[in-house]
Amino acid sequence: MDTKEFLRRLCEGVGVSGYEHGLVDTVREAMSPYVARVTVDAMGNCWAVRAGQAPEPRVKIMLAAHMDEIGLMVSKYEDGGFLRVVEVGGFDPRALIGQEVIVHTATGDLPGIIGIKPPHIMTDEDRKKAPPLHELFVDVGLDDAAARAAVAVGDVITLKREFVELAGEIVAGKALDDRAGIAVMLECLKRLTQLHHSADVYAVATVQEEVGLKGAATGAHAINPDIGVAIDVGHAGPGLPEHESINIGGGPAIAIGANIHPKLYALLVATAKECGIAYQEDVSPGRTGTDAWSMQISREGIPTALLSLPLRYMHTSVETGSMADIRAAGRLLAEFCARVDRALVEGLRWD
Amino acid sequence: MNDLIESFTQAYGPSGHEDQVREVIRKAVAPHCDRTETDALGNLICYRQGSGETATRKRVMLAGHMDEIGIIVTHIDEKGFLRFAPVGGMPPAVLLGQRVVFADGQVGAIGSERIDDPKDLKHEKMFIDIGATSRDEARRHVEVGDVATYQRPLSAMGGLLSSKSMDDRIGCVVVAETLRRLKNCPHDVYAVFTTQEEVGLRGAKTAAYGVDPQFGLAYDVCPVGDTPKAQSILNTALGAGAAIKAKDNSVIVPPKVKNMLVRTAEAAGIKYQLEVLAAGGTDTGAIQLTKSGVLAGCISIPTRYIHTPVETVMLSDVEACVQLSVRVLAGPIEV
Amino acid sequence: MGLTDYMQSLSEIRGVSGHEGLVRAKLRELLAGHVDQMESDTIGNLYAYAKSNGKTTGPKVMLAAHMDEVGFLVTGADKDGMVHFANVGGVDAKVVPAKVVRIGPNAVPGVIGTKAIHRQEPDERGKPFDPKKLSIDIGATTRAEALKLVKPGDQVTWEIQYGPFGAGLVKGRALDDRIGCAVLVEVLKQAYAVPVVGVFTVQEEIGTRGAAVAANKLLPDIGICLEGTVCADIPGTEPEGQTTRIGRGPAISLMDAGTIHHPALVKHLVAVAEREGIPYQYREATRGGNDAARMSLAGAGAMACAVSIPCRYIHSPVAVASPSDFENAVRLVRAFIESIARGELKA
Repeated sequence: MDTKEFLRRLCEGVGVSGYEHGLVDTVREAMSPYVARVTVDAMGNCWAVRAGQAPEPRVKIMLAAHMDEIGLMVSKYEDGGFLRVVEVGGFDPRALIGQEVIVHTATGDLPGIIGIKPPHIMTDEDRKKAPPLHELFVDVGLDDAAARAAVAVGDVITLKREFVELAGEIVAGKALDDRAGIAVMLECLKRLTQLHHSADVYAVATVQEEVGLKGAATGAHAINPDIGVAIDVGHAGPGLPEHESINIGGGPAIAIGANIHPKLYALLVATAKECGIAYQEDVSPGRTGTDAWSMQISREGIPTALLSLPLRYMHTSVETGSMADIRAAGRLLAEFCARVDRALVEGLRWD
Repeated sequence: MNDLIESFTQAYGPSGHEDQVREVIRKAVAPHCDRTETDALGNLICYRQGSGETATRKRVMLAGHMDEIGIIVTHIDEKGFLRFAPVGGMPPAVLLGQRVVFADGQVGAIGSERIDDPKDLKHEKMFIDIGATSRDEARRHVEVGDVATYQRPLSAMGGLLSSKSMDDRIGCVVVAETLRRLKNCPHDVYAVFTTQEEVGLRGAKTAAYGVDPQFGLAYDVCPVGDTPKAQSILNTALGAGAAIKAKDNSVIVPPKVKNMLVRTAEAAGIKYQLEVLAAGGTDTGAIQLTKSGVLAGCISIPTRYIHTPVETVMLSDVEACVQLSVRVLAGPIEV
Repeated sequence: MGLTDYMQSLSEIRGVSGHEGLVRAKLRELLAGHVDQMESDTIGNLYAYAKSNGKTTGPKVMLAAHMDEVGFLVTGADKDGMVHFANVGGVDAKVVPAKVVRIGPNAVPGVIGTKAIHRQEPDERGKPFDPKKLSIDIGATTRAEALKLVKPGDQVTWEIQYGPFGAGLVKGRALDDRIGCAVLVEVLKQAYAVPVVGVFTVQEEIGTRGAAVAANKLLPDIGICLEGTVCADIPGTEPEGQTTRIGRGPAISLMDAGTIHHPALVKHLVAVAEREGIPYQYREATRGGNDAARMSLAGAGAMACAVSIPCRYIHSPVAVASPSDFENAVRLVRAFIESIARGELKA
């Protein structure tokens, strides 16, 4: 499957944190040709496992990119057939106003709108305020009885947004955070078919990252890898200071900081230089807020690294990134995996 | 069930100091299980072997938390007043003017410094008065580190029951009552009365690690939206039955677990409602994240005025929770 | 035993969270020959297994003291050669301005300067400097020049000399928690009749990360955290807000944000202190957290407690502590473990 097509299908699919199962078929279809097996674990993480070429026991590399997207959940019926909602993951409520949404009910998808008073009847006070989420509501165009019959408390809601191809290699849509990372893993698996790699590579599409890095924690426990690499997104401007953001088209950002094993950082940088892959720096003094954070302290500690894809407008319905960055990251990851062997792993223990 | 509710809610047991309530609960449940033990964090683990075929028998963990919120003495001043910090979520406005009680029955009253603006009321500006007139006198009765809880007896209010610590002694009652009524359960049940939930789901985390269950069910209170100008996102109400949790701040219940609970309630004609919370966590979240992940759900008891001394429930809801709980455990738990 | 032996090097060695290598090397040097065995792991913790005097039965005791300090990390350089930085751990904005720092493995010197007061607007003067607008001046005039001297990801530490202070006190950088590390070194210099493992942990200041890994690995029965803690017996704090007082002895924790210290351990620490005539105090605050939480929640759980040295001005460039608090902490922890080994702890 073409990687951009894969990304389009993922972004247009539904996978709110805790409800990612609908995406598994797409991941399985795309990754199966390149791996020995695709399985789903207890939390719902999807593992695509590619065997290495060394004799057993082989080094295990776990790649992690999260499938889940932020979304909403129906929490209460309001008079008039309107629905109150809570967030699943961190939304900016201001970016929700006037959005079209889809309410995913047991019997099918229902279109909805997050409505607001028109400016004509707003007071001066209304104009200055940004309403918090609990003051917003979803209109599905039904009366009280019909809404109660069609929608259940607990139904999940996603933003309605088609994948959009902008100029050049730029694409936009909902949930590029972090379906773009899963696309990177697909690119990596494709590239690995042309490389010799001694280690087993577990490409894991993780769940519930947005609500606490949860899938990566239980997944790392189950796999117990020698190395973990998370692929997530990082903030690209406009509106951000240069030293606090990365650039679209500048290639993957390689993270450095306490969450990252210095020798894995060094290997990623050396690999990028050796292969002529443009990369960016990403300094993370503490918590990276990615699957790398929970993998690092799983079991007896897992050396971790993190690649970030530049992304504009994070956690809105128009997240914007570059296919070129995705392909470059996939290539870097594959070449990195090919350079991981037992000697490297043994050298990760400190004196 | 009223006697059980009274003895459980009235027992002393703030987070980290659950000895007394653990003993009360242990006495009540011991006749209905094979053995009980206590772990390093003070969790009470009650084991009951299942009677089913080994192939379909599951290792199930139930969790109701024994600990209640409280206040810990941090400093005794020269006049014998006690300064304190909260143990768990203790709203300062609710604490003011309350009577509190220590482990040995010592009673105190909560006062505050002069407050000109209600927004300034914080724990740091409050103190406990135990009627001592000097530090030395106070130290004859309490020491820094002692913890006090609300003192409030159980009372009936119309068709409702109100007491301190329905959160989560009512959940413990549901677990205890489940054990008592459960006959011919196919599964190995570990009923855990957990500690330190109010300060971060701590007892459940370590208990679940030790039990290593294949399925988990937590029992806790949930807020309701049926009082005047309640939180706009709450659909739950007293009298609408056992609340089946879809989500809270600690967990997104796997849809297949939530749906199994709903199907079980519908098949048995048990009144139920669905529950979605924007805030607050429960032991469910801690169980779910154990090792390689555990399927876990939660049966909630709808409760008004949570974290005040007058937490209020409707007995028919509690009954519905027990019935649902028993039904689930008596069945195959297919998820 | 005094504090001055190796405390100076422990305080002056640079080791912000994620960069603990030099501290670890020094500790290995200090413990060589005194302990049974030492090893490290992939996150950088140092494990030191105490000698046993014959049979070791009984509960496994893990002690934790963290090697890392708060400080900064270089994030980049701007076109004028000024170096940008980000906090590592909890650094209050108010301690950042007007300091000398050292950057990276070559300890490149720099200053965090601020606009002269003469040139500030009246409304600027009342507010703390915004750390996002501060940068480190290393004397470079272009980005390229700056990046020849420093790299993104380099650690940045304050430049402070350790030394005696006032009436028998000491002052120095990173007493939180190098003074705890010193306590652990002394505790490990004897044999015990229970298994005792001292762990010098990494990355405590950014979320007790090293302790999580170490506790998972060791799965102790009892955990003892050795810390440098808040001591605010200074003007502007009420007695009930001071947390600890300098010179009054090691502080025993009751509860903090991550742990409710096991009542049986707390009670026993007090009993041992009173029996041995060791001065002690309680840590009278419930805010803040440390490695004890990870020890208590590892695996199926453990009993955990914390013994801390009062340090004025922690999380700032220079802290102050009392050698007598240090000595009494060592006495207390040694006696406590010996008492546990004799089976005197009632759980």
